[in-house]
Amino acid sequence: MDITAAPLDAAAVTAAAARTSDGAVATFVGIVRSENAGRQVLWLDYEAYAPLALKAFEGIAREAASHWPDVRLVIHHRTGRVEIGEASVVIAAASPHRAGAFAACRYAIERIKQIAPIWKHEHFAGGDVWIEGATADAADEAARAAALERACA
Amino acid sequence: MRVTIRLFARLRELAGASELDRIVPDGSTALDVWNGLAEEFPALAAYTKAISVAVNEDYARLTVGVRDGDDIAFLPPVSGGSGERVSV
Repeated sequence: MDITAAPLDAAAVTAAAARTSDGAVATFVGIVRSENAGRQVLWLDYEAYAPLALKAFEGIAREAASHWPDVRLVIHHRTGRVEIGEASVVIAAASPHRAGAFAACRYAIERIKQIAPIWKHEHFAGGDVWIEGATADAADEAARAAALERACA
Repeated sequence: MRVTIRLFARLRELAGASELDRIVPDGSTALDVWNGLAEEFPALAAYTKAISVAVNEDYARLTVGVRDGDDIAFLPPVSGGSGERVSV
């Protein structure tokens, strides 16, 4: 798990997740796109409460392990200024079989968006805005169930 | 007792500080600490229903009692990962 201001390396995250017993790794790369809600995005600034974010990632990995015991998750999230097309988050889920890898990877991104203490400051043509999504509540079972439902859809 | 308060993202901007030391009465809850902060920085009050709190780098409930020396972080709604805002 990592929170870093350095550019993310999806291949390294993928390699870190895979063990010799694995037959599949699902790697998700979230990248900064040039348009959001009708605004022309120039770049994003990510801010994190790093020690708590790392604990959140570990907690998400434990949750995933309770559903897919053979899956290993590795999550790296970027902070600071991230340009259009650059990766803000990389998630690799390794598993002996593909079904668990895909599901755990999807579960992880849904949970990150719900509970990781990370904030996106969007700089767009003409201004800037903090994007505010979910009130983080790691104990909210309904949110957890919603993430599981999306993972298994 | 003395506590350290951490603020992030929009909350940090509204208060103009990422870290503050404050004296709070014995028996205060995290919510009491927040309410004191919202009196000091009225712009924060709009976030009262939307914040999360972490005490000593672990998520906590706003009703939790705080102790001398605690590190209390107030968190606006999160937006990590990528893409659209979340709806739960």
